[in-house]
Amino acid sequence: MDLLHMLIYVALAILVFAMLLMLYRVVKGPTTADRVIALDSIGVALISVVALLSILLDTTMYFEVILLLSILAFIGTVAFSKFLERGEIIQNDRDNDL
Amino acid sequence: MTATMIFDVLTGIFTIIGVFFTVVAAIGLVRLPDIYSRAHAASKSATLGVMFVLFAAVLHVYVDEGVFDARLLLGLFFVLLTAPVGGHLISRAAHAKGVQLWEKSLQDALKEDKEKGIE
Repeated sequence: MDLLHMLIYVALAILVFAMLLMLYRVVKGPTTADRVIALDSIGVALISVVALLSILLDTTMYFEVILLLSILAFIGTVAFSKFLERGEIIQNDRDNDL
Repeated sequence: MTATMIFDVLTGIFTIIGVFFTVVAAIGLVRLPDIYSRAHAASKSATLGVMFVLFAAVLHVYVDEGVFDARLLLGLFFVLLTAPVGGHLISRAAHAKGVQLWEKSLQDALKEDKEKGIE
């Protein structure tokens, strides 16, 4: 076990601790937008976790997971913000679009 | 000191910087007073942190296999592009829903523009 692997284990532990702090904000609120922002940050931190794991395991197979997680976090945030603003996600009435 | 060792040290340094910025984002999410400042912490600092960690992974793959992995670079670019947009969208939705600013806030430019009818 060399120094880089030890450093990455420590970094993973710190990242999980940061994600727990973000989870506190998801639970506490107080508004829905706070929760959505904290969930988005958890998704972004999860991307870091997967990247560090792929360094640790010396594999490139997890990089698709990174792409998918980033796309899903973004789509989720956009859908939630649209739902908060208008009360619906897919708008059929295009005349009243912003 | 071989080239591999130098790249390993660079990977470690970038990992430390990235984790530092992610922790700063988490502390900002817990400690800051209202949704708009929290969105500022989450969208800027977390994005920079994940970009540093992904760049460390890019360097590590370059040492191992001699290529810059296109999927990682694409992911890096995508996070750079979308995370600030997501933060902006959710702040805007919160403002439209009428979430209050912190009581010590000095200015609400979007509200002023809405009253003038610009927005």
